[in-house]
Amino acid sequence: MTFEASMERLEAIAARLEDDELDLDTALALFEEGVAELRAASAFLAQAETRLKQLNEAADGMFRIDDLRD
Amino acid sequence: MALTATARDVLEGAFMPLWVRGEVSDFKAHRNGHWYFCLRGEDAQLKCVAWSRERRRIPAPPDDGMQIVALGRLTVYPARGEMQFSVTRMEAEGDGLWRKALEQTRVRLQADGLLDPSRKRALPRYPRRVAVITSRDGAALRDIYAVVQRRCPSVEVVLVPAAVQGDSAPESLCYALDQVARWGDADLVIIGRGGGAREDLWAFNDERVARALATCPVPTISAVGHEIDMSICDLVADLRAPTPSAAAEAAVPVQSELRERLRMSAETLSALASERVGRARTNAADLARGVALGVARRVDRRRLQLESSARRLHAISPLGTLDRGYAIVRTGDGRMVRSVDGLQPGSRVEVVLRDGTAEATVERVMPNDQSTMSPGAVAGAES
Repeated sequence: MTFEASMERLEAIAARLEDDELDLDTALALFEEGVAELRAASAFLAQAETRLKQLNEAADGMFRIDDLRD
Repeated sequence: MALTATARDVLEGAFMPLWVRGEVSDFKAHRNGHWYFCLRGEDAQLKCVAWSRERRRIPAPPDDGMQIVALGRLTVYPARGEMQFSVTRMEAEGDGLWRKALEQTRVRLQADGLLDPSRKRALPRYPRRVAVITSRDGAALRDIYAVVQRRCPSVEVVLVPAAVQGDSAPESLCYALDQVARWGDADLVIIGRGGGAREDLWAFNDERVARALATCPVPTISAVGHEIDMSICDLVADLRAPTPSAAAEAAVPVQSELRERLRMSAETLSALASERVGRARTNAADLARGVALGVARRVDRRRLQLESSARRLHAISPLGTLDRGYAIVRTGDGRMVRSVDGLQPGSRVEVVLRDGTAEATVERVMPNDQSTMSPGAVAGAES
């Protein structure tokens, strides 16, 4: 799940929670889901140093990304 | 024919490669890929040939009338006994050939709709992984990395190495673009290199590279050279950045802004949730109150019913009648006396009152004229 997808899902959840007709069970389930998205997005932002990698293609066409040392 | 051969040996040995200036005329591009033309000076002309395998460094064929300088060597073609200048490089005044080559490529790409502004895709707002197609050792990668590290270290930078100058560069760049497409795990691709001589940047004007860039499934940013350089890739990419650093600036958001967005999102969610729960609690309380009220109402109604029933019961009870001051008269054997018939002076009777019984003796019997009404008839129930 990417940060962008998490943010989009959070916006969608907020929009649904604004609906007065929403029953409480659904609202709570949405809230739980929102909290999970918040956690995932926070984890993404926790990275403090940019990872520098290099794309390598094996003979069989499989891709691997390896650390790139300066 | 030894003469022609000897002339060739003499001529070809006499000159180092040299630059010749002149006006192009009689230009012909042969089917076999070679170019034939004349270079004219004020009072001389020189037959020229540009072999297809030797003119990779010439950006475009010259037009008749164009003033050029050509680098080549003097040769003799014994089969026709002709002297010709074999050209390997060519420069036109005012960058004429470069501009012409660019223009030709641009027109072809435009004809295919690849320069249509509506093709430009939006960049992802929060890329997770940025692919960078450039040389492993160039300044571009270092510049991009530094900007990403400063703005948003959460974003991963993945180098897809490619030659960015020299004859192999166009093919190498196309291959790297193809790899990014097949890999499919980048959110964005930056293709470029730092500034350099015009020839060094030429691969980014290659039509094959431009077409590969146009079909890249991932949004693209071109970053070629310094601000003044404009390449064909710049025209095709979803975004043109003036430098690799600027490309990185455009590619990744600032992390503190993301944190702020996330914080606001968390607050919104929390506020909505507590509001929703609060409303549910109020509803539940309302409901409970409603139930209690209903019960109370029902109880009240019951009580009223009971009281009214009790009142009715009381009203028809003989005890109630006694309360009101009536009495019941019974004979000694307990039968209720309803009439003076059967009573005579000296009869023993019981008089039942609200709070007790009195024994009495009849002194006198006096029937009414109409004896249908008697106090004893009021209490109808047998005791």
